[in-house]
Amino acid sequence: MSLTWRELEGPLQGALALELGTHPLNELGEAALVELERFVADALPACRGVLVVSTLERGFCAGADLRGLAAGLAEDPEALTRVRAFLVRIGAVFRALDEAPVPVIGAVHGAVFGGGLELALCCDVLVADPSARFGFPELRLGLVPGFGGLTRLGRDVGQAWVRDLLLSGRSLSADAALRAGLITQRVAAGRQQAAAERLLAQALRHPPAATAAAKRLLKRPDPAALDREIDAFCELVQSPTVLAALRAFVARTDPLPYVAQERP
Amino acid sequence: MTDDVTQRVLQLARRRFPAAEGLTADADLFQGLGIDSVQALELLSELEREFGVEVPDYELLDVRTFADLAARVAERM
Repeated sequence: MSLTWRELEGPLQGALALELGTHPLNELGEAALVELERFVADALPACRGVLVVSTLERGFCAGADLRGLAAGLAEDPEALTRVRAFLVRIGAVFRALDEAPVPVIGAVHGAVFGGGLELALCCDVLVADPSARFGFPELRLGLVPGFGGLTRLGRDVGQAWVRDLLLSGRSLSADAALRAGLITQRVAAGRQQAAAERLLAQALRHPPAATAAAKRLLKRPDPAALDREIDAFCELVQSPTVLAALRAFVARTDPLPYVAQERP
Repeated sequence: MTDDVTQRVLQLARRRFPAAEGLTADADLFQGLGIDSVQALELLSELEREFGVEVPDYELLDVRTFADLAARVAERM
């Protein structure tokens, strides 16, 4: 299981399904980034549309690979340089997906957290099933999102929601996300991919030049704001608070420790 | 109203988690159900659909019993 893509068929011919399938929950680390870079360089420029989906039953994506981050910070004196380089690379991939001239539809379920939510926010439209939950738990670790999520969430749902989600660290259910405008379609359990494929098929009926023009008008996050997220992440990541939080995170035995902090 | 909400919370938990059978309002929610953090979030989502109110997940941090949880639901109804 890994991060792969495949050509879709029938009315979706020419479009690609970008499939996240790395256990335990599609954590975004170096291996995933290399595949995403290959996708953006080799596949995205020639395709008519993209469906982003997880093939794992438990959810879409739990976020950045914090175990890998913790190991890198512990062992590598040049860690900050490497962390910044990683953020710049994943930022470029996310911008390519976000600003692609073709429709990009996300079908999400289960955990959509942290970097996973930042990936989802690159999609033009999100379709979710009732199991989906969305959140930015980064502040629990002493960090801020660094993959452009704050900028894109602010663009999509407004600063009030960004502040609530970031400062509380809480997660939103699919229904709450629908009310907030984070997703725009909520379907029955397990039906999110089928619904997203029908939406993509509809979007593909439009002349590509019109779709590309619409996306140029709609999806232009401020590059300076994206850079400021990287700067803020890098300023925090080597603090004793973050290092201690990452050590505690790595030591946890919860199978999915990303989604909740320890109860008192 | 809270007693009624507590009974509906227990009924919902019993539908979703077999371990909830036989548990009472004062039972420990997490130990009683034997659920992890992801399942706790699933329970929250189902509570939202059942009652039409949103309970933030951080409210679970100091919830111990089904009655505690029902009280948090009730104050948002």
